[in-house]
Amino acid sequence: MSASDGRLKSAQFRREREDTWRQLETLVDRVEAAGLKSLSAVELNRLPALYRGAVSSLSVARAISLDKSLLDYLTALAGRAYLCVYGSKRPVAAAFADFFRRRFPAAVRRQGGFVAVALAFLLLGILTGFHLTRADPERYYSFVGEEMAQGRTPASSTEELRDILYHGDSGSALTLFASFLFTHNARIGLLCFAVGFAAGVPVPYLLFINGLTLGAMAALYHARGLGFEFWAWILPHGVTELLAIALCAAGGLALGFCLIFPGRHTRLRNLALRGREAGLLAAGSVALFFCAALLEGFFRQMVQSLPVRGAVAGLTLVAWTGYFLFAGREGRPWRPGR
Amino acid sequence: MAPGTVIERLRPRLYAVSTPEGLSLPFQVAPAGDRILAFSIDFLLIIAGSIAVSLLGRLFLGGTEEIGRSLALLASFFLRNGYFIVCEARGGTTFGKRKLHLRVLSRDGGPLTIEAVIARNLMRDLEIFLPLMALVSPESLYPSAPAWGLFVALLWLLVFALMPLFNAERLRCGDLVAGTLVAKAPRPVLLSDLADHPQPRPRAEPGTAPAAAAETVSFTREQLDIYGIHELQILEDLLRQADQGILDQRVLDQVGVRIRQKIGWPAERWSEPVLPFLQAFYRAQRGRLEQKLLFGQRQERKKAR
Repeated sequence: MSASDGRLKSAQFRREREDTWRQLETLVDRVEAAGLKSLSAVELNRLPALYRGAVSSLSVARAISLDKSLLDYLTALAGRAYLCVYGSKRPVAAAFADFFRRRFPAAVRRQGGFVAVALAFLLLGILTGFHLTRADPERYYSFVGEEMAQGRTPASSTEELRDILYHGDSGSALTLFASFLFTHNARIGLLCFAVGFAAGVPVPYLLFINGLTLGAMAALYHARGLGFEFWAWILPHGVTELLAIALCAAGGLALGFCLIFPGRHTRLRNLALRGREAGLLAAGSVALFFCAALLEGFFRQMVQSLPVRGAVAGLTLVAWTGYFLFAGREGRPWRPGR
Repeated sequence: MAPGTVIERLRPRLYAVSTPEGLSLPFQVAPAGDRILAFSIDFLLIIAGSIAVSLLGRLFLGGTEEIGRSLALLASFFLRNGYFIVCEARGGTTFGKRKLHLRVLSRDGGPLTIEAVIARNLMRDLEIFLPLMALVSPESLYPSAPAWGLFVALLWLLVFALMPLFNAERLRCGDLVAGTLVAKAPRPVLLSDLADHPQPRPRAEPGTAPAAAAETVSFTREQLDIYGIHELQILEDLLRQADQGILDQRVLDQVGVRIRQKIGWPAERWSEPVLPFLQAFYRAQRGRLEQKLLFGQRQERKKAR
């Protein structure tokens, strides 16, 4: 064939549609740079229409045109526009609010088994450390590292040990203390989740080791008759912090579990299905670490009364239990009359 | 998940998303080098951000050292853990990724959920922080471990760090956990249609004044049935390079000779200039192949002799 009419059909097709492609490209550029919010109402309306136009252009072009530049351009444009139109559209703030209102507590409930296992390992560590140290105080040194002990050893006098429990501080030093506690603990918690990827093996170990340390310290204070005061010192923030660690660890355990026992799916697919939910636990626990650090960094340093410390510990326990058991539950799954 | 969306793996490193409109859109898996580069950009931004916040904190908050230091601590924590999550939750890219045209996609084809973004970014500590620590100061990981134990731990951690190099899809641990994939979406520029404007010429109404090249050079059906789509698109590339003046004249001459031999071009017309000949040939060849396409014949390659 010689091109008798002087124009190829594909060239004519392109001339007719090119304008709308350019319009779509401008909109997509802006959405990619600044989000859907940067479009006006009219433009927002036009985006899906232009997208559909580009999609139909692409399928026509694939059928009639052999211009590689045109095909590449349209394919890339349709791909980018597809992600603008069908991609995630929720504003980040709304997503985060929904996360704490509904998704996080729901995920904790669904992974309740792993949370229980994590708490059990922690408790086992505490009890083991406690009993072993009560039986032989010398073991304290192998359970509590030097930087953890900070002078609290079986060699210290009862007075010194008591002083630490009632050591008060104030001002900007507390802010630094609290932010150090938060970043340090949250980093350890997140790591506790991430190592779950190693088939979950290091997670129980980490939990147990942390429990041992706490148990050994408790045993030291019990031996000096300061048992209640020690728990009143550690539990106001400890409830929140231990729970946060248990949640991270539960996420890590869930990761390891779905790698080892993939069930009906392939490991890769199973991991992709469950991994996201496990990640929710770890992400949410960052908020818990934050609360714990506030309690530890400010409250503990400023409030010395035993009953108040005890009450706060009880209150946090009740509050978190209530939150994780009841937050975000649907009142009724169906609504008559709707 | 958008209704009717399916993602499938066409071949290693090439995925296709079937959109609800029934169209298959290919997505190329991003190469490892691009991802390292994108991460480096983001990493520098995070460090710069942390430093800036702590400096500003000292400047405006009365200069108490504690406040400045605690601000720096908090800023570096939230930047390190939050930067990627917030950026990717807003549209699947970060500044570094955008520079390299990378994008996070959900491997099941749906929109990228906040769960997936969180999960994939929480693994970064395992992939970067732990292996780095194992490299720089292995004894801080577990103080009383023997040397061989630290060595084994290092190897083990390097497996996590180098995970993307062990699989064809360049998935890192975070991608595995979150079911995501990083795609490269380059932005080709729409170039002018070679068949529409073979050479600069005055505006002509369709039909009344056919292109000059088409008048002087015409081809028979047999001559146009030899080459296929693959060769046509290679010729397209060459002509575009010639348009931009970055093609060696000798290459053009060689291609001209090859095509003229192949299609049995009459000897008396070989002296005509090669570029107009190739442009006319491209145009006629594309017309012929597109016509065949309409009749359902897709000739991919040249005919074997």
